[in-house]
Amino acid sequence: MANVFTRVGEWVNERAPNLAPTYRKHMTEYYAPKNFNLWYYFGSLALLVLVNQIVTGIFLTMNYKTSALEAFNSVEYIMRDVEWGWLIRYMHSTGASLFFIVVFLHMFRGLMYGSYKKPRELVWLLGMLIFLVLMAEAFMGYVLPWGNMSFWGAKVIISLFGTIPVIGSTLVEWIMGDFLPADATLNRFFALHVIALPIVLLLLVVLHLAALHEVGSNNPDGVEIKKGPKGNRWDDHKPADGIPFHPYYTVKDLVGVGFFLMIAAFIIFFAPTFGGWFLEHDNFIPANNLVTPTHIKPVWYFTPFYAILRMIPSMFGTAVWGVIAMFAAIVLLFLVPWIDRGQVRSIRYRGAGFKVLLFTFVVAFIALGAVGAGVIAEIMPSWEIFFGRVWTIVYFGFFLGLWAYTHFGWEKTKPVPERVTTHD
Amino acid sequence: MTKRYFSIIALAFGLIVGGTSAVMAEEGPEMPAAGTNVRDTASLQRGAKLFFNYCVGCHSLKYVRYSRIAEDLGLSEQDVMDNLNFTGAKFGETVVSHMPEDSAKEWFGKAPPDLSLEVRAKGQDWVFNYLNSFYLDPSRPVGWNNTIFANASMPNPLWELQGVQVAVKGKPDAQGESEVEKLELAQPGRLTLEQFKGATRDLTAFLEYAAEPAALQRQSMGVWVILFLAGFTFLAYMLKHEYWKDVH
Repeated sequence: MANVFTRVGEWVNERAPNLAPTYRKHMTEYYAPKNFNLWYYFGSLALLVLVNQIVTGIFLTMNYKTSALEAFNSVEYIMRDVEWGWLIRYMHSTGASLFFIVVFLHMFRGLMYGSYKKPRELVWLLGMLIFLVLMAEAFMGYVLPWGNMSFWGAKVIISLFGTIPVIGSTLVEWIMGDFLPADATLNRFFALHVIALPIVLLLLVVLHLAALHEVGSNNPDGVEIKKGPKGNRWDDHKPADGIPFHPYYTVKDLVGVGFFLMIAAFIIFFAPTFGGWFLEHDNFIPANNLVTPTHIKPVWYFTPFYAILRMIPSMFGTAVWGVIAMFAAIVLLFLVPWIDRGQVRSIRYRGAGFKVLLFTFVVAFIALGAVGAGVIAEIMPSWEIFFGRVWTIVYFGFFLGLWAYTHFGWEKTKPVPERVTTHD
Repeated sequence: MTKRYFSIIALAFGLIVGGTSAVMAEEGPEMPAAGTNVRDTASLQRGAKLFFNYCVGCHSLKYVRYSRIAEDLGLSEQDVMDNLNFTGAKFGETVVSHMPEDSAKEWFGKAPPDLSLEVRAKGQDWVFNYLNSFYLDPSRPVGWNNTIFANASMPNPLWELQGVQVAVKGKPDAQGESEVEKLELAQPGRLTLEQFKGATRDLTAFLEYAAEPAALQRQSMGVWVILFLAGFTFLAYMLKHEYWKDVH
């Protein structure tokens, strides 16, 4: 038997001599810093969730009906009559929310340890593009069950394009293919959700990883291991502080996968709607253009950006400013590598000002999320606008503050060590 | 180091578990909890009996099959066809009310909604309290009103059991409108207050089951899945520990 495997291996190797070296380059001979901590699990977890979304998505499309008349019924058919349909659907719907949790934590890790700084700007940019496509993917997926929140959410989000001067209303009709979100809208969103955007997403993920492996991973100390001493127990010329990604980080990530799946399973089996946050109550009512839900709000992962949109007032007879601010909130994240002029990467050795800025940014993001989800409107309605605007200013203030802090040389950094410090 | 991370993960897990109950408690305005138990088969059976005696005349459960009810509620085909199925449907068919939609619109102003997903859309507390909050209101076309869903077009189908409630109104405001302060039982029904609450709790539990039959499977299965994953994670950790002995 072993002989057969060897011969097959040789046969393939003769015809594709670059295959084995490529595998080695990205797995067994990709030397990652040995001091990765908890924050470094979320990249592999994002990949895991992506695979989950694709696999469960394939099975969902086998029973889903792309039609405004049948979509809602077909989702209930999946939930009740399809063998294991409920599990497949909950894995997909829970996966969508967990995808964003994992990606937000992954992005926060990048901000915290300066993983966007030279020479890793391209890795960051490709990651941000993934985030952008992921938001489009999630939005269109949310429309497919054709519940009442699907309908009204789609109507509100698509209407944002209507604020663009001159071409706005024509653009909205062009996107929807009708005067309201309707069968035409549902069909094109299905096409984009199940094939167009996933292909783009997969391509971007490949590029994100390729760009990362070109420059090598950053680490919690922000030390460039390639510039440190050479020679480890596997290779005399490779970084002393690097260890082969496979098997060391594959087995370590497996532990992360185990913990993550336990949390995911808890939600899927015991709280699949997560109290109305992952699957909203109003989406169990079929789409109805005559009945508006009491509170139209996007799913939780869009709420910080939605809050910024709502907090910016209309001026000069147009509401386009809120839309501009919302997109600016995302565009500024793309530009972080150039906004931050600091030379030190990791938060461990950066000035106190950076820590304060990053902390307030996280608080602003969560506070805006609460505004967008309508939580603030419920607990202190008369303060909502003030509260939301203050945190909108803090959100944008992060970028301005980060630029000023590093541009004018106000930051007092600590000495960065020569080698990575702690590790498991 | 590793130990610290594990405790962080454990903490995160705890927060999610705790958070779930917190967000669930937050939903909607304050109202007494339904206290349903969807895993109590006897309660579901009593609820099904109430539904098919008092509700199916007007309301459908168009996603629920009679055969599925039999399977999930531990009833035989005979039980279901003799005691629950009054619509003349086949055993494998779904629960569809015989009320003609046009007449329903004429009688009530709008067709009675399908109740398959009512609990998922409104929550079990809402349904339970709605069923308990009908009162006599001669100003409404059907003679009934409801404090949970003001001006609902639905009469109280369970009045024989509950009795007849009337509203005690507060002082009128500037517009001459007065709020309902509380409901009082003007004429007792066949059941006592506690018995009626129990009956509506059973009915709500049945509707909760109808809204998500998978709830019965997922909870019992979930325990095993998580136990399996705990074992998997332990093995993965041991494997990691073994490999990482090399790393210094």
